[in-house]
Formats: sequence, structure tokens, C-alpha cells
Amino acid sequence: MPITENPSADTVLSIRDLNIALPKGADRALAVEDVSYEVKRGEIMCVVGESGSGKSMAANAVMGLLPKGVNATHGEILFEGQDLLALTEKQHRALRGLKIGMIFQEPMTALNPLMRVGAQIAEVFEAHGQFTPKERQARALELLIEVGIPQPEKAIRAYPFELSGGQRQRVMIAMALALEPILLIADEPTTALDVTTQAQILELIRDLQQRRGMSVMFITHDFGVVAEIANRVCVMRHGKIVELGDAKSVLEKPQDAYTQALIAAIPSNAVPPHRETSQVAPLLEIKQLNKVFRSRGGFLKPSREVRALEDVSLTLARGETVGIVGESGSGKSTLGRCVVRLEHPDSGELLLDGVNLSQLKGDALRRERHRVQMIFQDPYASLNPRTKVGMAIAQGPIANGTPKAAALKQAGELLDMVGLGASAVERFPHEFSGGQRQRIGIARALALNPELIVADEAVSALDVSIQAQVLELLEELKQRLSLSLLFITHDLRVAAHICDRIVVMQHGRIVEQGSAEQIFLAPKEAYTQDLLKAIPGREAPVAATA
Amino acid sequence: MSFFARFAQNRGALVGLIILLLIIAMAILAPLLFPESPWRMVQRPFLPPLSQDGFPLGTDTMGRNVASGLMHGAWVSLLIGLVSTSVALLIGVPLGAIAGYYGGIIDDILMRFTEFFQTIPNFALAIVLVAIMQPSITSIVLAIAIVSWPPVARLVRAEFMSLRNREYVEAARLVGQSNTTIILRQILPNTLSPIIVLASLMVATAILLESALSFLGLGDPNVMSWGYMIGAARTVIRQAWWLSFFPGVAILLTVLALNLVGEGLDDALNPKLSRER
Repeated sequence: MPITENPSADTVLSIRDLNIALPKGADRALAVEDVSYEVKRGEIMCVVGESGSGKSMAANAVMGLLPKGVNATHGEILFEGQDLLALTEKQHRALRGLKIGMIFQEPMTALNPLMRVGAQIAEVFEAHGQFTPKERQARALELLIEVGIPQPEKAIRAYPFELSGGQRQRVMIAMALALEPILLIADEPTTALDVTTQAQILELIRDLQQRRGMSVMFITHDFGVVAEIANRVCVMRHGKIVELGDAKSVLEKPQDAYTQALIAAIPSNAVPPHRETSQVAPLLEIKQLNKVFRSRGGFLKPSREVRALEDVSLTLARGETVGIVGESGSGKSTLGRCVVRLEHPDSGELLLDGVNLSQLKGDALRRERHRVQMIFQDPYASLNPRTKVGMAIAQGPIANGTPKAAALKQAGELLDMVGLGASAVERFPHEFSGGQRQRIGIARALALNPELIVADEAVSALDVSIQAQVLELLEELKQRLSLSLLFITHDLRVAAHICDRIVVMQHGRIVEQGSAEQIFLAPKEAYTQDLLKAIPGREAPVAATA
Repeated sequence: MSFFARFAQNRGALVGLIILLLIIAMAILAPLLFPESPWRMVQRPFLPPLSQDGFPLGTDTMGRNVASGLMHGAWVSLLIGLVSTSVALLIGVPLGAIAGYYGGIIDDILMRFTEFFQTIPNFALAIVLVAIMQPSITSIVLAIAIVSWPPVARLVRAEFMSLRNREYVEAARLVGQSNTTIILRQILPNTLSPIIVLASLMVATAILLESALSFLGLGDPNVMSWGYMIGAARTVIRQAWWLSFFPGVAILLTVLALNLVGEGLDDALNPKLSRER
């Protein structure tokens, strides 16, 4: 029996028994099956689900933006008494922007890179034939002020690339709000942003929604965000609604097993457990590491310098997991890449068990490479599409002199260990899902028996429940093989889950370091406190039902 | 699924392969079916097609058998197309790979060298080279190869530049693979699709280039080629259409077949495409 609710007078949008069919050959017949929910006046409705759950499909149907070959086959979408599914393309276009606004996930690709911000906002009015060009500019400025862009007079003349990610998302929101829509659809609007920026954007959306009495349909995969912003929640899985209700009751007393699992998978206000910090001699010692990136200047163009790492020093004991936490541009990835020597540090020492790796080159470096291995971020880009999985894992040992047959046998064992089964050896990477690919990546990193593994955002590209599984695997392998891990992440929740010690970085410098417990419970620096405060859903879920 | 089965899933490719096999069969069977030299004058000139037994395609301005010329010419055209393309790939792929992988000063030097060849018009350079080296099959193949490798180098370089910073290449570097292994095992296989498509087009252009050279009288005087036949027939195109029509159709079909086969190979070599279908 599909979960439904009764329409009431203050319903803005009502989706009833919606079926959306996928083209033949897709992994399932219906993207969305028997979905019914509504968005009431002045509320924020969160649609939550993992990738492939069909959570965005209904929103696309509302906007009339379903991809080619995907059609709504059954049901209706009522908006102001009209069935949106029955509208022609022209009628739909009149509605978009005017009555229903939309914000997308990636503000850089959603904005035209060659148009000034002001002109892009003015274009919204132009498309609906409102105001004179002069008035449009004035309105654009008002909107930019309303969404809180710093220096709005300057921003209106800026190109998208001149703005930061958060500012671009504010511009997108300004465009969506330009014609004072009744309903705002936000499709993962904060997923591409840093935590602190995310917190600001969420606050902005909540604020605008209250000021204007708008309804918001907020699509997200993150229960932390839900706790932060939602009035009501709709949880989707495999195209079906598994749970629907008030944010408070869903978050505190989830009825469905899947919702429970999802909520359990995010250690939202988890305090990291106390861990014994080992007092053995350090395995990795980083001393005063510096790295500056210079862009080649051209004729009449000065060269640019970015100081990615400034005097970074830290130590990592054998068997310990150290988390490097920071926002984008903090230099955390550069640090990781220097440690595995994909980057050449400008100065400083990288002592691995007493051997300085920082200045090695050529063959000397290649001989030491097997000691430090890396798990990469993107499970799709980190495996060669034309290399079979077994070979991808075995190529390390082969390059270091193991005979091919033995290396392939070992690859099978490793695949078994990461839970994929030895039969995976003969298959190509594209036959695996994101989470499985990441397991392959872990097996590859283990193949050389490294002393240290650097995991660069190793779980950020994965869905929450998969993330939890991969973290569990890492935890287990850590115990079993007594691995030493340098775990780089932007997500403090993930860091809390797995790290013994945490190092917080900002602008290429270390801001604070200490045991995970210390950082979470008694952060000393203001920046660390800001970061912790910005974690969505950190305060009890009750706070969200304002 | 076997490689051939994957290849055969593309109908066009299968048709192309059949046409190509027919042309190869023509080249092989030529000496058996027409043991006499295609240059020999055997009948009166300007005999239209199907007008006399033994001369299904008629005779040319000098009374030579057109059918015999077509079959013997297939051998030369295919040989020149395939060999010159292989030579061009042998020059272009390594140069492009090295320039794209290492970048920096090595890239600068190799690319300036490539541009030196690119600034001279292809055909003019080919004429000069053949004229200097004396027209012969070897000199024609060399000349065509020398004028057609720069696009290969540029394509391969661009592919390498975009692939060299992929995470899987970095992963290979991390496990200690040597640069040579990374170039050959990690990056090169992923650049195969565009190279194969380009190569199939290059065989086609090489055949056309040889035709153009023969047309100008710079072909090997000892071998019959389709280009020579068209060239010799140009003055009489209004009186004797069949003299340029049949070799023209032969060139068209060969080029088409090569393009179809190239496309099919590309599909079959791409593990992702082939398994998703």
C-alpha cells in the first residue's frame, strides 16, 4: 500500500499516484512509482533519498524538465488547480520562473559563464516580459541585496567565475526568486559547497522562505540538512516513498527500517569515542613542508602564486589514523599529494620511518613508492576503464617484480578481503557500482603492503549508506592489518567516525590539531568552532521544527 | 562475447568488412583472372562495357582492358593506403605520446617540429617529395606518410594531455610503474578509439592522394592504379564515361568500407559500449 496523505486547503502542490517510466533497458521500469505527496503553503518539504532513488524525477516532472525518453505514465501533479502533466511546453514555460522557481546543484554550470550576473537576473524578467531594462537592473540589485551578496553593486557587474561557490549559489537563488514564485524547488543546492557555506545558504533559504511565505521543495541526500531545514520529510527508495511525515517524528522516531538505517549511518551529533593514543615512535614525520603553485604568466600578465602549504608539520604514529580536515582550498589535498609524492614539495622534510622522501626523484623515488599508497576520491576516474580489475590491482606488484601469476592470485585474495569475491578479477570496472569500485581502489592500495595509506576524500563521492559500509571496511582492515592512515576529508562527521587524531587546516596552514575527542568537545580555535557549528543537523533534530 | 561477435553487432561494420574482403580478393585474384599485363593493348580502343566477351568493362583510350586494370589497381591502392598509414602512425603516435605525456620543453620542441610540416600544404609537399625521389611505389608511400603524420601527432598529444592527470594514471605512477609502462599500458589503450577512426580516414585519404599523384603523372610508371586510370581518362570523360566511372566507384567503395570497419573496430574495442548493449 503506497503511503499517501489527504489534500487540504493550504496545499500548493499536490502530486498524486505519479508513475514515471524509464526508457527500455534502464535498470528498472519505473523511475518513480505510485508517488503521492504534497507541499503545503509556507512549508519546507524535504525529499530525501540516495542516488537512483528517483527523488529528483518528480521535481523534474513538476518543472516539465523530464529528460528525453522519460515520461509520466500515470497520476497527476496539481498546482493551483492545474494538472501540470497536461500542460503544453509553452504553458509550462510561462509557469517556470513565474510561479515555480528552481535552484540547481552546481551553480557554476547553471550560470552562463560569459554573462554578467546582473544581466542574467534581468534575463528572467525579460523572458516573462516584465519591466523596462532599467527597472530590471534595479530589481536585480535589490534581489542581490536580499540574498546577502557582499558588495552587491560590484557583484552585479561580475562574471560567474569571479564569485565564490556560495556567492554563485546566492545568485542562482536571486534568479529563482526574481518573479516571486509561490513554490521554490531546490535540487541538492548545497551539495557542492563547503560546510560553512552550506550552513549560510541553508539559513538564507529558510530565512527567505519565512519572509516571503513561500513553499519550498528541497531535494537532498543528507539527513543532516533535513534536520536543519525541513518541516516535513518524504524518504524515497527505489522510486517509492518509504516514509512520509513531520520532520520531528521522522527524525526522532523513524518507522521504516530503511529510514532508520539512513539516519543511523550519519553520526550527526556523535562524539568520537575515546581512543588510546599510542606512544610509539612516529611512522611519518612532516617537518615545515611548503608548496607554492605558480601559474605561468604571459605577455603583460603577471604570474600568480598560490601558497598551498605553509610550514606544515605533523606526525603520524604507526597504526594511527590521522584526519586532515578543511574546506576546499585549505591545502589538505595538496598535503596528501605531497605525502604520496604526486606533487613535489618546495621545501621541508617528509620522513617515513626516518627516510626523507621529499626530495627523491626518478628511479630512486619509484623504488620507494610502494611504501605509501593512496585511495582516490572519484571511484569512476581512478580505475582505468580498459583494464580488468584483477590487472588493475596486480599491476603494482608486477611493477615491483612479482611474477604475473602470483600477483593476479594475490589480487583475487585482496578482492575477497574487501568483500567483492575473487571472481571480480576478470571483470571490467564499469560493471561495478561506485561503492564497489571504491573497494577495488582500497584493494589496489593494499596490494603493495604499504606502510602508510593516504585516503583523499575516499568516501565523499558515495551515498550515505555505502559510505558507512566503506568506512566500516576501512575500520576493519585497519584493525586486522594495523594500517596507518592519513585520512583527508571535508566532512567532519566522517572524520569523527574513523580518526584517532584530527588536524584542521585553513589557507594552507594547520589551524589546530589534537585527538578527535579534543577537537570535537573542546575546540580551541575559532575556525574549528565555526566548522563544528556548521555541521548540518549537529544540534538535536528538535531544533529544526521551528 | 568474442571480439568478432562484438564487431559484428555493428551492421555497417560487417558490410564494410565484406566490401573490404571483396576488394582484397580482387587484388589477389587479379593475376589469375587476368594473367596478362594490364598495360597491354588487347582490343580496339573505346570499347563500351558489356559489348564484347572478355571485356565486361570495356577498353580505354589505348585499347587496354579496364576490368584488368581495375583488379590489378586494387592491389596498388590498398597497399599504398595501408602501408603509408602505418608509417604515418609509426611516426605520429610516438611523437604525440611523448609530447603529451612529458609536456614542458619536450612538448615545445616536438610540436614546433610538427608545425614545420603542417605549415606546408600537404599536396604540394607530396608532389615535391615524389618528384625529388623519382616516382616509385616506395617514394609515393613515403611521401604520403610524411605529409600525413602531423594530425596523428596532434591528436595523440591532445589525448595524452587530457588523460595523463587522470586518477588511474596517478594510481599507476604511485605503484611505481615506469613511464614507458604507463604510456603503453595505461594511456595508449584509452586513446585507441580516436586513433582507429583517424587511421581509417587516413587510409582513405592516402588512396585519394595516390590517385591525385597518379592523375598528375607522378604515379609509379610500372604499376596500374585507380588514380592513374581516372587521370588518363579525364580528357575523354564525355565520350567514354566508363573509363573514369569504374575506378571512381572502386575508390568510393574502398574508402566507405574502411570508414565502416574503423567505426566497428572502435565499438568492439571499447569494453564499456560493447557490454552495455
